Amino acid sequence: MINPEDQDPLDKGSEKMETTTPSSLSSVAANAAAKKKPGSGALGVGLEARGIHAWFGDKLVLQNISLDFWSGTVTALIGPSGCGKSTFIRTLNRMHEFIPGAAMAGEVLLNGKDIYESGTDVTKIRLKVGMVFQKPNPFPSMTIADNVLAGLKLAQLKVANKDDLLEECLVRAGLWSEVKDRLSAYGGSLSGGQQQRLCIARSLAVRPEVLLMDEPCSALDPGSTLKIEETISELSSSMTIIIVTHNMQQAARVSDYTGFFLSDGGPGELVEVGPTSEIFSRPKDIRTENYVTGRFG
Amino acid sequence: MINSKVAVKPGKPWAATPRERALDLGAILLAAVGSFALVALSELKGKLAYAGVFFLLIIVINFIHNYLSRGIATAKDSIASTFAVAGVLITLLPITSIMFSIFERGKTGFKLNLFTSDMKLNGPNDPLNQGGLLHALTGSGIMVGIALIISLPIGILTAIYLTEIKGFFTRPIRFLVQAMSGVPSIVAGLFILSAIVFPITKTPSGLMGGLALSILMIPTIARTSEEVLLLIPPDLREAGIALGGTQWRTISQIVVPAAKSGLMTAIILGVARVAGETAPLVLVSGGGDALNLNPTSGPMGSFPFYIWKSFTFGTTESIARAWAGIFILLVLIFILFIAARLLGGDRKKK
Repeated sequence: MINPEDQDPLDKGSEKMETTTPSSLSSVAANAAAKKKPGSGALGVGLEARGIHAWFGDKLVLQNISLDFWSGTVTALIGPSGCGKSTFIRTLNRMHEFIPGAAMAGEVLLNGKDIYESGTDVTKIRLKVGMVFQKPNPFPSMTIADNVLAGLKLAQLKVANKDDLLEECLVRAGLWSEVKDRLSAYGGSLSGGQQQRLCIARSLAVRPEVLLMDEPCSALDPGSTLKIEETISELSSSMTIIIVTHNMQQAARVSDYTGFFLSDGGPGELVEVGPTSEIFSRPKDIRTENYVTGRFG
Repeated sequence: MINSKVAVKPGKPWAATPRERALDLGAILLAAVGSFALVALSELKGKLAYAGVFFLLIIVINFIHNYLSRGIATAKDSIASTFAVAGVLITLLPITSIMFSIFERGKTGFKLNLFTSDMKLNGPNDPLNQGGLLHALTGSGIMVGIALIISLPIGILTAIYLTEIKGFFTRPIRFLVQAMSGVPSIVAGLFILSAIVFPITKTPSGLMGGLALSILMIPTIARTSEEVLLLIPPDLREAGIALGGTQWRTISQIVVPAAKSGLMTAIILGVARVAGETAPLVLVSGGGDALNLNPTSGPMGSFPFYIWKSFTFGTTESIARAWAGIFILLVLIFILFIAARLLGGDRKKK
C-alpha cells in the first residue's frame, strides 16, 4: 500500500491543486507554466531506455533498444505489426511482466533511477508512468466521475478537492463539455471516442510524468481521432508522451520525435530515431524511407 | 423537401404472411389428424404413440412443405428446428407437470397457520388447521444462512485465487473443487457426523447442519464464480494495474464490482443447491418438531426433513402437510431466483 506521505510527486500535485484557482482552465495553464519553468528539470530527459531486450518464453522479440524521451515532447513509435512497439512501451511502466512467460533485460531510467532496480515499488512506477490502451476500457461498474478518479481509489491517494481534480482531468482530456451534465452516468454509455478520452482523463488523475499510449486511436473514427490528437498536443506541454501508432499521418501530426521499429522475422529492432520532420522528409535509413513512403509495411 | 411523414410506415416485410401462418397451422392439424388415424388403424397404443407418430409426421409434412415452397436447404433446416422445438417441449413437460401437481396437491394443506406454529404439540392425525411448519421455515433459513456465511467468502476467494492470483496450486485446486461438486450430499453429512458431531459436540444441532450444507455450497459458489470472473475482460485488470493499483486493490475495486451480477447468481445457485438437501440434515441437524432458533444446541427442523417426516407418517393429513411444505419450498426458491435476476440484471437498463 502506498503511504501518501512518502510520495513526493503526487504530494506536490495535490498541494498545487489546493493553491490553484477552482477554474480548471487556469489551473491547466498554471500547471503548464510551472512545468516549463527553466531549472525545474522539465526540459531534461524524462525517461531513458537503455539496451532493452524482451522475451516471451524463449522467443526474443526486442533486441537492444535504447531511446531517450524528453520531457515536454511527444515521441511516436511507428513500424509494421509485430515488430515489438507495444512490447517496448510495456517495458517502460513494467506492464510487460504482467504477461506470463515474459522476460526482459536492460534498464529503464525514470529521473535517473532504474525502475527495474530490486526493491522498487512497482505501483509507484505505474503512477508516474501512466498508460492508455488500444481499446477503450472504462471500468463498467463505475460512473464517469468514478472512472476518472479510479486511480486515486486504486492507489489509495488523498486529494483535497476531488471535484476540481475531476473537472481538470476531463478538461485536459477534452471531454468536459460533453459529459459535465452526466457525470453520474456509467462509462459504458459513452461513444468509443469519448470512452478513450475518459481513459485518458483517468490516467491523468494520478498526475503521471510520462504517458504511454498504445495505438490509442486505432479503434476510433476520424472525428474522435482528431479530438484525441488535440488532447495529446494540449498535454505534451506538461508531460512526456510516447505514442505507438500505425497511422503515419498521425505520427507526423502529433509527434516531435519519431522512432521506427522493424523486425525481419527475428526480434524487433530500432532502425532509426530522430525529429519527426527528418524521419518523414529525409530518413537516413532506406528501410525507414520505404516504410514512411508506403512502399512496404 | 418531400413530405415523407405520411408516405413511409415502419413494416416487417420478413414476417410471415397470413397465408403462410395458415399453412403452418394446417401442417400441424394434418399431423394431428394423421397421428390419430395411424394409431387407430395400427397396433400402436397410448399417449406416447400419439406423440411419436405426431412428431414423425410433422417432420415429414414440414419437410415436404418447405421443399416445395423454398427448396432443399430450407427443408433440411426445418428438420433441425422441429427437433429443437421437440427438445424444448420434452424439457418443459416434466417441469410443468411437477409444478402443476405440486400446486394441485399443495393447496389443500396450504393454511396460514403453517407460518405461525410448529409441530411440537401436534401429531400426524391432527386436522390441517393445527400445527405448522414455522420450525422448518426458520430452521432451513438459519442453516442455509450459516452455510452461506461460511461458503460465500471461501467460495469467492477460491474463485479469485483460481482466476486472478493463480499459482502452483491452481490446477490441483480446480480439480478438487470440481471433484467436490460431485460429492453426494450424504457424504457431506457423514463427514460432519464423524468429524465433529461424534468426537466433539456429541449432539446434533443447527450449526452442524449449516456446516454440512456449506461443504456442498462451497464448490458450487467457487465454480460459478470462477466462470463469472473468467468472463471479465483482461483489459480491465491491466487498466487497474497500469493506474498504480496493487493486484488486490484491482481485484477488489475493479474486477469483483464488474462481476457483481454474476457473483450474485453464483450465490443464488449455491443457496438453491442446498435448500432442498435432506440427507445431511437427517444425519446432523436432529430434525426436531419444535421451533428452535438457537443453532448451537438442540435439534433443528428443516423443510426437507419436515416433508420427509410428514410423508413417512402416511396419514391423509400429514401427506397434505408434506405437499404444502413442498409447495412453499418451491415458491421460496422461485422467489430467490427472481430476486437474483432482478438484482443481477439492473446494470443493462442504465
